[in-house]
Amino acid sequence: MNKKLLLETIQGIETGCKVHEDTIFGYAFASDLMSDVLRTDAENMILVTGLCNLQTIRTAEMADIKCVILGRGKKATEDMIELACENEIAIVESPFSVFRICSELSRNGIKYLY
Amino acid sequence: MLRLEFHITGGNFNSAGEASSSLKKTLKQLGVNSCVIKRTVVAVYEAEVNIVAHAYEGTITAEIDQQSIRITVCDRGPGISDINLAMQAGFSTASQRVREMGFGAGMGLPNIKNNSDNFSISSTPGIGTTLQITNLIENYETENCA
Repeated sequence: MNKKLLLETIQGIETGCKVHEDTIFGYAFASDLMSDVLRTDAENMILVTGLCNLQTIRTAEMADIKCVILGRGKKATEDMIELACENEIAIVESPFSVFRICSELSRNGIKYLY
Repeated sequence: MLRLEFHITGGNFNSAGEASSSLKKTLKQLGVNSCVIKRTVVAVYEAEVNIVAHAYEGTITAEIDQQSIRITVCDRGPGISDINLAMQAGFSTASQRVREMGFGAGMGLPNIKNNSDNFSISSTPGIGTTLQITNLIENYETENCA
């Protein structure tokens, strides 16, 4: 899935650093538990979460995740955006629930990990 | 050999992960295999969060040479009275605040062990806890992490 389709599918709005135009996403993982996220291992994976704090971005940094979708209309804070940009992590805000985001991503070809 | 040392303050969630981030940048600069970097920083990040969540303060020391990365995590805190229980996935004594940060579900120590080639833990209740983590660099000669 490319960036354009990703944003359309979930009514996403990029905040801070943008998703690279040529990135193709293959997998997504949804969790509010960061220790679970740290157990994942897939390239070009999207993290879908309702957890909206600095540790969300720190976890993405450690797990080599380059795109974080915040569900349920959550807004990234300034310090989240700053840390994300430092690490070239894109944050996408979506008004949809985490479940609906996952459903839409799956319908459009994004695969699950487990 | 390169030696790095980081001081961690208990309860400071805003800076949790800064040491792990700094270590990751150094390992990347050194050209360490990306699989080794990920395993190491995931283990160190979980350990760093544990200090912030449970201890008063602690230090993380990394010794890096061409063969391995040796991490020592030493904290001053309440310690762990039953290490076998603490190592079980799902066991947690974390506060609500820690859980709100996305941690505290009892996966930290198992994650650290799973991402270490060699792992040991010792603890004295009322004094603190020490972790030893060693990851071998030569284990991964390609970008295939499996």
